[in-house]
Amino acid sequence: MDLLPILATLKRHKTAAGLIVLQVALTCAIVCNALFLITQRVERIAEPSGLADQELVAISTTGVGPSQNPEAQTREDLQALRAVPGVQHVSIINQIPYGGQISVSGVRLQPDENSAGPSAANYSAAEGWLQTLGLKLVAGRDFDATEYLDDKTLSENPDTKVPALVINRSLAERLFPGANPIGQKVYGLGGGATQIVGVVEQLISPHPGGNEEMNRYSMVMPVRQSFRGGAYMLRCAPQDRERVLKAGVAALDKTGPGRILRQQKLLSEMRDDYYAADRNMVRLLVGVCLALMVVTAFGIVGLASFWVQQRTRMIGTRRALGATRGQILRYFQAENFLLSAAGIAIGMLGAYGISLLLMQSYEMPRLPWSYLPAGALVLWALGQLAVLAPARRAAALPPVAALRS
Amino acid sequence: MLGHYFELALRSFKSSRGLTVLMLLTIAIGVAACMTTLTVFYVLARDPIPAKSAQLYNIQLDAQRLGNSFQPGGEPTYQLTRFDAEALLREARADKQVMMSGGGVALTPEGTGERPFNARARYASADFFGMFEVPFLYGGGWSKADDDSEARVVVISRALNERLFGGADSRGKMLRLRDKELRIIGVLDHWRPAPHYFDISLGSYAEAAEVFTPFSTAMTLKFSTWGNFNCWANVAGGDARGLGAPCAWVQYWAQLDTPAKASAYLDYLKQYSDKQRSAGRFERPTNVRMRAVMDWLQAQQVLPSDVSLQLWLAFGFLAVCLTNTVGLQLAKALRRSGEIGVRRALGAPKRAIFAQFLVEAGSLGLVGGLLGLALTGLGIWAVRQGSSEYAKLVHMDLAMLATTLGLALLSSLLAGLLPAWRAAQVQPALQLKTQ
Repeated sequence: MDLLPILATLKRHKTAAGLIVLQVALTCAIVCNALFLITQRVERIAEPSGLADQELVAISTTGVGPSQNPEAQTREDLQALRAVPGVQHVSIINQIPYGGQISVSGVRLQPDENSAGPSAANYSAAEGWLQTLGLKLVAGRDFDATEYLDDKTLSENPDTKVPALVINRSLAERLFPGANPIGQKVYGLGGGATQIVGVVEQLISPHPGGNEEMNRYSMVMPVRQSFRGGAYMLRCAPQDRERVLKAGVAALDKTGPGRILRQQKLLSEMRDDYYAADRNMVRLLVGVCLALMVVTAFGIVGLASFWVQQRTRMIGTRRALGATRGQILRYFQAENFLLSAAGIAIGMLGAYGISLLLMQSYEMPRLPWSYLPAGALVLWALGQLAVLAPARRAAALPPVAALRS
Repeated sequence: MLGHYFELALRSFKSSRGLTVLMLLTIAIGVAACMTTLTVFYVLARDPIPAKSAQLYNIQLDAQRLGNSFQPGGEPTYQLTRFDAEALLREARADKQVMMSGGGVALTPEGTGERPFNARARYASADFFGMFEVPFLYGGGWSKADDDSEARVVVISRALNERLFGGADSRGKMLRLRDKELRIIGVLDHWRPAPHYFDISLGSYAEAAEVFTPFSTAMTLKFSTWGNFNCWANVAGGDARGLGAPCAWVQYWAQLDTPAKASAYLDYLKQYSDKQRSAGRFERPTNVRMRAVMDWLQAQQVLPSDVSLQLWLAFGFLAVCLTNTVGLQLAKALRRSGEIGVRRALGAPKRAIFAQFLVEAGSLGLVGGLLGLALTGLGIWAVRQGSSEYAKLVHMDLAMLATTLGLALLSSLLAGLLPAWRAAQVQPALQLKTQ
């Protein structure tokens, strides 16, 4: 295919050609970055919690006035919840993933209070937590019965020793890169040293998705909350959740009447709510990308149709001189390919520029190179698709059209 | 003349319906995308208290230990310890000042048979209502004497008053909070400060509280606090809200009516901080911050980054739409070269051709703008259906309505400039020859 005649023709339509190039460039720059944003959000939404999301419900209550013995009430509550038909495991924890609150603590490798260490989400959990939450233990063991203590003991005397700790894999890799974390000691949780007894594959932060380091790290202390500060987690079969939630609330109303329900929700619902804004953003970005492509496609259709109309005489003449329909078709396709290529080249520079701006203002990572060819392919395909109808119309022109007009 | 151009424009639209509809839709969608995001931005980024935002200052002191995370000149905790807040309040060097915290308190409705619930609460010292221009329906706030005597008084929101008392003047009635009775002394009018600038630890666009009590009363009655609690050492005795606890959790604001007073107050804060360090309470070098409302909101990055990202995206989209419109209008104009040639040959100056095509572009923009307005309405409706805490704040006002039409008109005129100019360049002789 000879490109020179195409270039010569385009030279005579600089403005219109320039506009198509500009439009393709803008679309390419925006779509590349939007695709990257979409991927990031989708990854964030898909981050596994490590918990049995589809099998858990959370109920938390609080008393109206001061409670005489919240620890005894909590034991009674747990017993009543265990008796609810369909409930497989029950425990009480201080914070729930996606629950809207987060408690973090610093952990240190040295006893010295001024030494540095990362912050991690500090879950505290009572007996049965591992089975209830459905976490996967990849090293070490669960707490044994003697290691649990009441939150009341710890808060009344912050120097109480917390004997054991389970951490997630990310924290293990941060604290002890390449070493076995089991049996290691950390400081800063209660008084003295705390021994790491287990590592779970994944345990998401209660407030995941941020850029900060602490969003990746979490740990579990064997500390029993009372109902005033904790949330009951109930595990059951997915189809039983709604029923278990209702029955659980009723059971708590019986063991401790007149309490306030702070929360009663399926964990899967909490997760959906938590990522609602991200899902909206994904929908919006997908919508904008599609709209951009439709607008650009229509722009190409419009200008190409105009050119076909304007070049009727030329097409007719070429056909009369023996050019085949295929040659006419390919002429317009090649022309579009050239225009798209110019647009894509400029668009890639633009995409890179936008990415730099996003890195500066929104703490986004750099746009990976692989998005550029992806965006280029999308726009080339779009251009070819859009030009097809006008090009076929041109190819269908009979040679006499040139003579008639 | 203008009328004639409108007529010509109408005729031209009719002759190429498909193209016209395409351009209209492009302008409308582009404008609607921009205006929807711009409206959200405008609602979320605006000054929550325009009359006073330059006189209200959030106060920060660096009371943390020298320990692990210390960086010289770094950002101090954004709240104060109770000890420092009470000390500053006692010395009362500003025109007005308030220490406060958000919280939740069990409220048992009497006589309605409703289940007890956690009411959103704000525990504050007496100046709160005056400083933040809180509107009252009945009564008013409490006095400094009430703060000192831990008076059992409460101010409730309009919505709560309607829920519990059917909107009647409930002053003098008792409200059961936790296990105590507090006397209602005031009822607020509708009040939704957005952003919730004086305490962003409950969410930047959180709803205002339902019950307000003196800070001192709330502490004595052990009402629970909500929000950010930052402790840098183990808390002796387990009471993180105690006077000596190494925890920052109290918001502190000062009202300083003139810049001179503000700079004097900054000096005072530095002196205070120095004094605390020489007394051994503070370990870090003096590092105080005083930020007026808008600075404060900026520093805390209150505006969700998604919102400004969406705004950029929408304007990028509009740029593509406009490029598209320019291209299509250009094609349309050049297609009418013959018509232009005839007009020019009959004596129409270039200026007239230019004007004719601009009028055409402008009327396209006007209709596109009206269509865009409808689509913006739809967009805002969609935003309001969302679950974000600011969803219900977003609404269209007259200024935004005018901006929408203006943006549509302006962008379509801009898009019409190049095609109109090209149309005016058409050579009459060349066109007539080819006819």
